[in-house]
Amino acid sequence: MKRDAWQDLALGAVLLAVAACLPWFGGSYWLSIGVTIAMYTVLATSWALFSGPTHYISLATAAFFGIGTYTTGLGIDHLPYWVLLPIAGVLGAVLAGLVGLATLRLSGVYFVIFTLGLAELVRQIITWVQNFSGQKGLYVLTDITEADIYWQLLGLAGLVFLGGWAIGRSRLGFALRIIGDDETVARHSGINTARAKVILFMVPGAVAAIAGAILAPRYVYIEPLLAFTPMLSFQVVIMALLGGTGRLWGPLVGVIPFTFLWEAISASFPNQTTLLLGLCFLLIVYLLPKGFVGLIESVRRWARNREGYA
Amino acid sequence: MRAPNAVLSLRGVTRRFGGLVAVNDMSFDVTEHEVMGLIGPNGSGKSTTLNLISGALAPNAGTISLRGTPISQLPAQDIARKGVARTFQLVRLLPSMTVLDNVKAGAVFGHRRRWGAEADDHAMAMLEKVGLGRHAFAVPSQLTYIDTKRVELARVLASDPKILLLDEWLAGLNPTELGQGIDLIRALREEGRTIILVEHVMDAIRSLCDACVVMASGSKIAEGTPEAVLSDPEVIRAYLGDDDA
Repeated sequence: MKRDAWQDLALGAVLLAVAACLPWFGGSYWLSIGVTIAMYTVLATSWALFSGPTHYISLATAAFFGIGTYTTGLGIDHLPYWVLLPIAGVLGAVLAGLVGLATLRLSGVYFVIFTLGLAELVRQIITWVQNFSGQKGLYVLTDITEADIYWQLLGLAGLVFLGGWAIGRSRLGFALRIIGDDETVARHSGINTARAKVILFMVPGAVAAIAGAILAPRYVYIEPLLAFTPMLSFQVVIMALLGGTGRLWGPLVGVIPFTFLWEAISASFPNQTTLLLGLCFLLIVYLLPKGFVGLIESVRRWARNREGYA
Repeated sequence: MRAPNAVLSLRGVTRRFGGLVAVNDMSFDVTEHEVMGLIGPNGSGKSTTLNLISGALAPNAGTISLRGTPISQLPAQDIARKGVARTFQLVRLLPSMTVLDNVKAGAVFGHRRRWGAEADDHAMAMLEKVGLGRHAFAVPSQLTYIDTKRVELARVLASDPKILLLDEWLAGLNPTELGQGIDLIRALREEGRTIILVEHVMDAIRSLCDACVVMASGSKIAEGTPEAVLSDPEVIRAYLGDDDA
């Protein structure tokens, strides 16, 4: 392996270690911001692993997240907590695999609509099942602290970055870049495009489900509308696009500013959040079509050219 | 009967689009180390035939076999993996990737699958072969037209195909480029590659092809050496129309 590859890994490990110190130094406000940032980093980065190279916009994050939340909610009284996370991951991956098999042969808008509908479908099914038991929601009572949740999410983020780094260097990653550029060329070069897309789509499915399972104890009381909120899917897309999907670290530079922006919006305009979310979406798409990553790279290019002329 | 050393055989291959029969009962063989020209007027079904062989389309009837193994119902990626590689009539490159990565696509996923340094070296060797070694780290948008065609050819060669399908690879080149293009294909021919050329450039067909199949309105109207088919009255009529037309 090349030296710069090891440097990337070492840098990532150091940043993760620094981030892990937050619970000892920040107060509870900063810790709660930290949990939000870690959660969206996990979701947006894994989302971009699939949607970045393939250009498929998935709005299914909430479906997988909700599945994970309910895995913890239903299983916490019966199984040890640590078993629930892998179960949630497997459930998310299986659901993503099924959705992928059914829809990834289609392209563009059909896929977007289907994934948006999926979260709603799962939510309605759970609401319907709950009608029989008479419950409206589930209590998740544990002694897991906010700091525990934060560390688990950081660990998951580490795994996502490591996984993304490995995929980027694998044949699968190369195949997806080719598919993103020209699917016809990909097929005629010998790539099983449907299989590659389904396999990669299972990654954000599993990750979002695990993230949901980790966060369930934080909510204490979960109900379908909370676990499967479509807002979550949209926010993940906006953050990933704001950062840029062309680089593994791209979504991260979208998540951090957006989380603070969102805090400010929710605090100052609690009744207009959806409206302002829509406006942010428009602004990002118009002004930063390639996200901060694209912006940084064009500034670098511009600086290089200027040096060349000087 | 299939020729004993046929690499690719078509038997009764037919493809319809609604009421239009684009390819009608085509049968021919391509033998090892042969350069076969597939020619005919516009709209005669040459490109559709190529699309049927490469798996972009599936035939409605008939069989296509590669060294005796039927491939006609396989998806394009499986046909590519078995060793059928093609270029496209309108050049298709991967715009976000370097020239080298474009070629690597063939080296990594093609008939022989490589990875890592082996794939890089092989892709670089193919780029050298088509004369583009110094552009390895350019992106496709920086290339001239013939160079984009060279990249596509290198990608196809990188997959170590048993048979190459070149869809009007020489079309749109200026006279200088055309000379270079013909030399390049001649070099492949001398390496002993098996090639099907869909082509309109008659000079190229005369100087490069061992055999020709002529199509008109979806059917085969002549087959033989380039000299023989190009002087066939039926072929001349197909291209130029009847005397009294």
